[in-house]
Amino acid sequence: MPETYITRSSAIAARMLAGEMMVMNSMDSTFFTLNEVATAIWQAADGRTPLREIVRSQVCEQFDIDADQAQTDAEQFVSELSQHGILLVSDQPIPTTRAPEAR
Amino acid sequence: MSVGIQKWECVVKIGEIAIALRTDNQRFLEALSQRYAGFHSSSQPDVVLDFDLTDNGPVSDDDVRVRRDGKDWLFERGDFQARWDPLTGRGLVRQNPNPYALDSVLRILHSLVLTARGGFLLHAASAICDGQAYLFSGVSGAGKTTIARLAPDSVTLLTDEISYVRPNPAGYLAHGTPFAGELAKAGENAVAPVSALFFLEKGPDNRVDDLPSAEAVRRLMRNILFFAEDRELVEKLLATACNFVEKVPVRRLTFYPDSRVWDEIRNFESVPIHA
Repeated sequence: MPETYITRSSAIAARMLAGEMMVMNSMDSTFFTLNEVATAIWQAADGRTPLREIVRSQVCEQFDIDADQAQTDAEQFVSELSQHGILLVSDQPIPTTRAPEAR
Repeated sequence: MSVGIQKWECVVKIGEIAIALRTDNQRFLEALSQRYAGFHSSSQPDVVLDFDLTDNGPVSDDDVRVRRDGKDWLFERGDFQARWDPLTGRGLVRQNPNPYALDSVLRILHSLVLTARGGFLLHAASAICDGQAYLFSGVSGAGKTTIARLAPDSVTLLTDEISYVRPNPAGYLAHGTPFAGELAKAGENAVAPVSALFFLEKGPDNRVDDLPSAEAVRRLMRNILFFAEDRELVEKLLATACNFVEKVPVRRLTFYPDSRVWDEIRNFESVPIHA
């Protein structure tokens, strides 16, 4: 099964407020609020770490969630954000120039 | 031998930004002087816009496009094209003489300048009551104009449509604007510290409810006037929205449309730390 690699688009702005991550696409102004689990995936989206590894190390271990369920949820989350241009997805590692950090 | 062209000018100051409007068409100048009466200023302008008027034409329904072109900003819609250099403050606007085109140009320009300075223009009515400014935002039909109409005489109406918000060391200030909605009446040229932002909903009675921070930011971002496809400014705007929500109470105000809603507003106790 091919791996999935994810990275944050350079066209987004992100900000943490009261423990929640807010993400906005500067091109179409779509706005998302990420929960804790989604935020963990978002923050680990470095273009080099496979999604499966992110789910294992950042989701299952930290949030005590069943691996299969976590993988399914993560794939759905990644698919939704990629459709809005907020996450970039590839089956190869993605070279990144700058992954925006939330402040 | 050079032939001089007479240019007339008036300076319109909204918030802290004075914009000189220059034209060789005296009738156009008279029209915009009337439109922005109450906001004329003798200040040194921060921005100078020269106008090149085209033939009369309808107000455009096209979307506004705002983009960078080198060091300049370009604003375009069916009824205007503007190029503005933020470093020199100089700009050229080519538009037909309808005042709505000029309103749009000024709103875009103010939104760009304000965003860079940590402020914003908001789809909201605003008013000063007992020395404090209150903002009333919401979707079309939520009640912005209704709230403005219901305000008692002691309340100073800043706008029923587009609120001007800028930061100061203690929080945020709201300024009056000439941008009118259904009331068709410019706001007062006044300023006061922002005490609360209410998102309006009509209902059977009056009540104020908390909004979670993320929901407050989401609603705020949805109602801020912002046109530019520019990541740096969007980042700045998102940071501003989060900062605003941390500093200013943001609530949902459900109201029955009669004058008692202003008792609810007057009695609102500010709680600076947001839920």
